[in-house]
This record gives sequence, structure tokens and C-alpha cells, in this order.
Amino acid sequence: MSRHLRYLVPLAIFAVLAAFLYRGLSLDPKLVPSPLIDKPVPSFSLPTLKDPEAMISDTTLKGKVWMMNIWATWCSACRAEHEVLLHLARTGKISIYGLNYKDKRPAAIRWLQQLGDPYVANAFDEQGRVGIDWGVYGAPETFIVDKQGIIRYKHIGPLSIDIVNNEILPLILELESAAG
Amino acid sequence: MIPELGHFALILTLCLALVLSIFPMIGSLNNTPAWVSLARPAAWGQFVFVAIAFACLLSSFLNDDFSVLYVAQHGNTQLPTIYKVSAVWGAHEGSLLLWALILSGWTLAVAIFSRDLPEEVVARVLSVMGIVSIGFLSFLIFTSNPFERTFPVPLEGGDLNPLLQDLGLAIHPPMLYMGYVGLSVAFSFAIAALVGGKLDAAWARWSRPWTLVAWVFLTIGITLGSWWAYYELGWGGWWFWDPVENASFMPWLAGTALIHSLAVAEKRGAFKRWTVLLALLAFSLSLLGTFLVRSGVLTSVHSFASDPERGLFILIFLCVVIGGSLALYAWRAPDVTSGGRFDLLSRETLLLGNNLLLVVITAFILLGTLAPLVYDALGWGKISVGFPWFNAMFVSFTPFLVVLMGIGPLTRWKHHDAGDLARQLRIAFLVSIAGGLIAASPLFHQASIGAGLAVMLSLWVVTTLLASIRLRLKHRDGLAAMGRDFLSRGGRSYYGMVVAHLGIAVFIIGVTFVSLFEVEEDIRMSPGQTAELGGYTFRFEGVQPHQGANYRADRGTIRVTKDGEEVTLLHPEKRTYLVQTKPMTEAGIDGRLMRDIYVSLGESLGRGDWSLRLYYKPFVRWIWLGGILIAVGGLLAASDRRYRIKVRRTVVDTAKSIRSKPLAAESRS
Amino acid sequence: MKNFLLVFFVLVGLGAVPSHAGVTLEAFTFETPDEEERFKHLIEELRCLVCQNQSLIDSDAELAHDLRAEVYTMMQTGRPDDEIIQFLVARYGDFVLYNPPIKPSTYLLWFGPFVLLFIAALLLLRAVLRQKKTTAPQISTEERKRLDQMLGSNPAEGNEK
Repeated sequence: MSRHLRYLVPLAIFAVLAAFLYRGLSLDPKLVPSPLIDKPVPSFSLPTLKDPEAMISDTTLKGKVWMMNIWATWCSACRAEHEVLLHLARTGKISIYGLNYKDKRPAAIRWLQQLGDPYVANAFDEQGRVGIDWGVYGAPETFIVDKQGIIRYKHIGPLSIDIVNNEILPLILELESAAG
Repeated sequence: MIPELGHFALILTLCLALVLSIFPMIGSLNNTPAWVSLARPAAWGQFVFVAIAFACLLSSFLNDDFSVLYVAQHGNTQLPTIYKVSAVWGAHEGSLLLWALILSGWTLAVAIFSRDLPEEVVARVLSVMGIVSIGFLSFLIFTSNPFERTFPVPLEGGDLNPLLQDLGLAIHPPMLYMGYVGLSVAFSFAIAALVGGKLDAAWARWSRPWTLVAWVFLTIGITLGSWWAYYELGWGGWWFWDPVENASFMPWLAGTALIHSLAVAEKRGAFKRWTVLLALLAFSLSLLGTFLVRSGVLTSVHSFASDPERGLFILIFLCVVIGGSLALYAWRAPDVTSGGRFDLLSRETLLLGNNLLLVVITAFILLGTLAPLVYDALGWGKISVGFPWFNAMFVSFTPFLVVLMGIGPLTRWKHHDAGDLARQLRIAFLVSIAGGLIAASPLFHQASIGAGLAVMLSLWVVTTLLASIRLRLKHRDGLAAMGRDFLSRGGRSYYGMVVAHLGIAVFIIGVTFVSLFEVEEDIRMSPGQTAELGGYTFRFEGVQPHQGANYRADRGTIRVTKDGEEVTLLHPEKRTYLVQTKPMTEAGIDGRLMRDIYVSLGESLGRGDWSLRLYYKPFVRWIWLGGILIAVGGLLAASDRRYRIKVRRTVVDTAKSIRSKPLAAESRS
Repeated sequence: MKNFLLVFFVLVGLGAVPSHAGVTLEAFTFETPDEEERFKHLIEELRCLVCQNQSLIDSDAELAHDLRAEVYTMMQTGRPDDEIIQFLVARYGDFVLYNPPIKPSTYLLWFGPFVLLFIAALLLLRAVLRQKKTTAPQISTEERKRLDQMLGSNPAEGNEK
């Protein structure tokens, strides 16, 4: 290396570092990608929220495209996304099922009564055991499952109208048109 | 009114910082003495106004002025006065104001204590410090204004995070900032030298005491932080390799390399370019640390803010300061002449080896800290790098450093005969190996390679230090001779080194022994029940409610006895602060030099039963004792008489060079 | 020899991990101290995904409680360690491992520091050996001894800090 060029090395190293730091500003270190994408839905069988006698399981949900939304009354972000869920439910484009995660039954039922119920049905996961199978580490989390029961998409954090329009609705379209 | 005054004062400070950055620097290049002479007054002015701003914020806290948003978020009427003071720097905006204040303070100090330096050098140094100041002040004024008002005015403040309501943690940030900011002095001297084109032994001699003092503060700050984590967080850990901790450790390592490198540059005129680069690096790492903890780029249990917008501002600032300084380095460094030659076996080489190891360690700490970000950015998935990785790497590298540390002081400058060296090291070597073997064997406590290694390394340090002292004092025996030597020129510098290196040995013993030999037990206890641990008997005497100034607590009583004799009564607590209701554990600790007994309360299990964690931690205080010794050593070295001897000759020489072109000063040999 | 030393130090380093647990584990009872050790070791190696920079042994988060309970249950039903870890990795990804696994994408992380050291050592040797030969006359060891004696009571040049 020419005598003078070697003195540029520190600056070059810093430039690379700065580039990474800049990139880092738009990344969220808290997001953990899911290893469950393209894997089958974890099997579960839970009582429903509204009727403790009735059960809901993954097998009853095969054959259609559906959305799993993990939520709880203690989660403020879930409150924030509730409007979006209601909107999505009204479009009729997808069935939304909920996993009520580590919550209290009466509070959850009251919540849905007061704020509206976008869910076809809710599974009541009091202990959070099923949540662990889904790799849940914070609420809300949203999954989209295809007709074969394979998880195709996960979103961590509250849904927004933009995400629904730009990511979710196109995906639903794609999955619906696939052979079932 | 007062917050507005503070805000205004900040703006004035920025204006003065602008004056300070622009005029003296340009004046020194154009030979305009009037502009050069603006430096000192501008430094004074900057300090006065930022101090006023700081005083305004302090007054807002003391008067519970919740119309100020920052005070509303972190103050509280029930907060004890001392914590109202420390709340000023307890969060993002206020801590930045503290940074700015300390930076102005150091700038002023340089302005005052630089009578011996040529005016143009002082002007450049102060200008560079002014540029850094502009960065922080702009950041404050434009993105993080501590004086922002809030309306409607809340009746009560959000309270200072209970974790921070502690004396140790109150002092910890100021100490750290004194260190971070102090490194900017070495940085500024380096820039001034590059600009002026004159990099000589005088530059190294001027920089050295400033760097040492900054480094001492950083040492104290880090030691305090570790000590605080130990007794406050309730589970006996004292270092977690968390990004914020690493952000303080990296400048410290670079600073250590720098003070050693400055020694060579001063005495032998060698390593000049390398030393300049280190000076730039040390402060750059301080700034980088500031970025990492405030930008949200990394997750940490104690980051200040996670705001990408603010992060962008700091990043741009980093690019200007670090990028600019490294560009200057690339441009000017090639023209710096090389200094004295030295052989492969010489003190120069060993110090260079020391520098090398320290820089590599710094590099891999940076690597590990940023790895999650790098991997994510490159799309290589999410990984996490935690305590085990950092520990494994650090423990792998440190022994080499310690070995060099022993040999270095015994080695001559320029050339040392290998045979001679081997002979001088023989006893130290044998004693260390023997000691290590004994310590590793069951004779000692329990068989442990780690203990053996630690004892071997520490003995190595101690025996080589003794050999070094003996060599230095040859022909003169006795304490009186040592006393005279201490007071002589270069004496405190040498004994400072001895004390600091001793501190490292003490630290190694502390860390290793507590890691290997500590005992803990998780236990459920009923009142009256006893448990045995580490040779002590712990009797749980129940938990009572207790009311503090601004918290409610469950206060446990544990009676500790050994062989029937009472050793201590411990009172671990579980506190709930009135405003921020997250529960806090206060451990009950009985601390002695050779061991700590540590108890923390877990959960109430009903019927008066509680879960407790009991610890026996041998030698844990040696960790911070080591840190204190290192700091003391540094102070001793900084106080050496030779730094205060006025060197008039240098002033005259460089005065002549004001007229001549900077680059023509030295010819290549 | 250097390789052996490196591996040796890494092992020492890993062995010297202090037990720093942030939560009391009294909820779990173990048959033997070995079992307890195994449990602690397992949860030290797993990350709490909520607090991210803490392992399961440190974190107070609810999810951490749940995951610890999960690990405990799996241990009680006789699952081996790697099955337990695989269980969690299948659900949470590699990120749940506190220590990055040693696989090609993490070679940089595990071997990088040593490579750096090696390169730096080479550069140092090169820099030192490449210096131009000194023109000052070398003095022999004997002459040096006489010189030291003559300099007598002053601290020797070689020992000044």
C-alpha cells in the first residue's frame, strides 16, 4: 500500500461503521423474526372465550385462509389496533380468530362488548402455553395462515391501515387464489 | 421566567461557542493575533453562560417547577433534596446539559492552565473544543431542550426513577462525563498538532497530564457504576457487558493505550503518528458511546433514549467530528517524521504490544456490541451477543496483556539484551509459576485452574514490580531512599505506575475468586428458620413494613452468626416507591475486605414465609479496590513535578516557528 | 501451542461466568443439586425476548417466568437439554440463544478477535523490524554494565517511566 494511502484506513473503517449506524437507525433491534413462517400451525385445542364448554382447535380451521390475532386487555397497543381489526373484519375478506393471551375471562368479554368484536371466535389461553408454541413474546402479534394450515406471515406490534392495505390484503388475495 | 432565562443562556453559550470555534482557529492560521486572543475570553464566556443555564434547571427542580416538562417528568415534591439535584442529570436532556457544562469547564481549565503554551496552539486547542461544544449545544437547543414548558401544569412530577435515587448513582454520571469530556482535550491537542504540523515531544508532554486526569475520572466513573450495580440491583452482579457499559469501557481502554503511548512519544519521540491516532480514537469512542445510548440502535437495560431522529443528529455530528479528524489525520500524518529507532526487544516494542492488545480488545468489544446491528443490517438474521461471549474473549486476551505489563517496566528503552532480561525475570517467573500451581491445587481451597491462573498472573505483576523497584533503587536501600525517589522528578510518575499496575493485580484476584468461589442459595424461609452458607448461619427473623421518605418497604431481618457469635444483622428490603410503583430490591450486605455476605428478598410466600437469596462472595471488594488503586496510581502520575516545570525554551522555539510555514519545521532524515 | 492456549483460555473464560441471577427461583424444587445446576445452566443460556439483553436467569418479565416454567416442566418430564433448547429455537429462532451458535454466519464473531490479534501482531512485527538500522554505535553488554556503574546513584535510563 502506498505510504499515503495507509493513513486513509482509519477514515475508511469509520465510514463503514457510520454506514452501519445509519442503517441501524431505521432498524428496530427489538423485532425478533419468526421461525414459524412457512411451517404448519402449531396444534392447539383451547376453550373458547365466550363459552368455556366449547373448544376451538387448529383442525377446525383448515381449508380456509384465516388470521390469528394475539391480544389481551392489559395490552395498550392492542387497544390501538382494535379499530383496524374491526375495519378488516367488516371487509369480509378474511376470518379473524383471536388468541386471548394470559388474560382474565370477564375482562376480555367486557372489552369485546364495549369496543366491538372483530373475531369469529376467540381461544382463551389463560396460562400462555399456546402462546409459547406460537413464539409469542409480546402482544399484539398477528399471523396469517393459508388453506393448508401453513403460517405465511407474522406481524409484531399493532396493525395499521397501511400495513393492512399494503401487506395483508394483497397476501390474502394471493392465498385465496391458490389451490385449496 | 427562570427556565426562559436558562434557555436564553444556552443560546448565548452557543453563540460564544461559535466565536470560540471560528475566530481563534482562523486567526492562528492567518496570523491575526486579535482573533487568536479571542480564545480565552470566549472560553470564559461559554462557561459562565452554560453554568447559568445549568443553575436555572437546578433551580427549577429545587422549586418543583412542574411547568417545565423535564422537571414534570423527573421531579417530585417528595423527592429528597439531594436527589432533586441529581435528577437534573437523571435523564436525556439534563444529562446533555451536564455534558455541555463539563465540556465548558474543561475548555476553561485548558484556557487557564496553558500559560506556558504558545498562543497559537492554545487557540487551536480551544477552537476544537469549541466545535465539539457547538455539537452538544445544538443538539440540546434544537432537539432536546430541557427548558421546554408544558401546559397544563401537572400538580406532581413523575418522580426520578427509583433506581437512580442513590448517592452512588448520582455521582456516577458526572465522573464518567468528566472522563469522556476530558479525553476531548487530548483530542484537541492532537488536532492542533496536526493542523500546526508540529508533532514533537513537547506536544506529548502537554497532553499527558490532561489525558491522565481524564482517564482517572473515567476509571472512577466505571468503578462506581460497577459498585452501584452490585449493591443496588439486588442480585450481586457487577458487570454485564451491556452496550452502555461497553460504551464507557471502550474509551477507557483506548485511554489506557493512549497514556502508555504518550509516554513513548514524550521520551523517545517515537510512535507519534500512532499516538495522535489513539488520541483521536479515544474521544471518538466517547462520542460513539453517546450515540449508542441515545439513538435506540441497540437495546440495553439502561439506555437513555431511543429516538432515531435524535440519533440521526448525533450521527451527523459524529461524521463531522470523527470523519473530519480522521481526514485531517490522513492528510497531515504522513508528513510527521519518525522518531527514535528501537530494537525488537526494547521497552518501545513492549509498549507497542500493550497498545496493540488494548486496541484489539477495544475492537472486539465494539464488534460484539455492534454485531446484532451488523448482522441485522446485512440480512444475516438476528443474533445476540451476551455476557458469555464477551467474558470468554476478554479472559482469553487479558493474560497476554498482564504478562507484558510485568516485563515492560523492567525493559530498557531502545535495546535490551535478551539474556539480561531473562535473568532479571527469573525469580518473578519461578515465584509466579509456583504460586499458581499451589493455588490451582486442592491445597488452596478447591482445585481450580482459574484460581491458579489468576494467582499466577497477579504474582507475576507483584514480583516484577518489586524487581523493577529494586532495580531503580539499586545502590540505595531503605525506605528513606524510596521516599526521596518518590519526591524526585519522575518519581510520582513511576510510583503511580506501580500503584496502578498493582491495582490490576488486585482486580484480577477479585474477579476470579468471586466468580469461582462464590456460593449462593435460593431458599424459602419461615420466621425463625436458619440456613447455612459459606460457613455462616443465617437466621430469618421475619419481615416488617417500613416507611421511607418517598417509599413504602417490606423490611426483612436476617441475623448472621458464625460459630455461635453474631456477625451482623442484615435488613434487605423490597421497596415500592410512591410514584413509580415498580418494586425495587435493596440488598442487605455485610461487606469486609475478604468477603461479602449478601442477602436479598424475593417474594412473599404467605404466612410470613419469604423466598430469599443468600450469597457468600469472597474477595468481591477487591474488584473495586483494584479500580480505586488504578485511579490513585493515575493521580499520582499526573501530579508529577516535571509537568509543572516551566519550559521556557520551548516557548521561545515555537514562537519563532509562528512566522515560518508549518510543514518546513522538520526535515526527513 | 498457541491453539491449545487459546482454547484453554476460552474454556476458562466460559467457566468463569459468575452466577448473576436476578430472580429467586424458589418456585422450582429439585431432587438433586445437580438438577438445580442443570436448570440454572439451561436458563443462563436462553435469552429473555422481552428484555432482550438479559438471560432467562436474570429477567423478571412475565414471559421469562413462563419460559422458565416451560424449561422446568420439560426437565421434569425427562427431556434432554438439547431437546429443550431445540424446542425453544423452533418457536423463537436462534435469537433465543444467549450465546450466538457457532456456525458459518457467526464465524466472524467467534474467530474475528483472534484473527484481529494475529493481523495486529504481524503489523507490529513488520513496523518494528522495518525500521532503518540505527546509526548510533551499539555498546556491548560489558560496556553497558560499566556505564550503569558510572551513572551510579541516578535512576538508570532504562527504568524511568
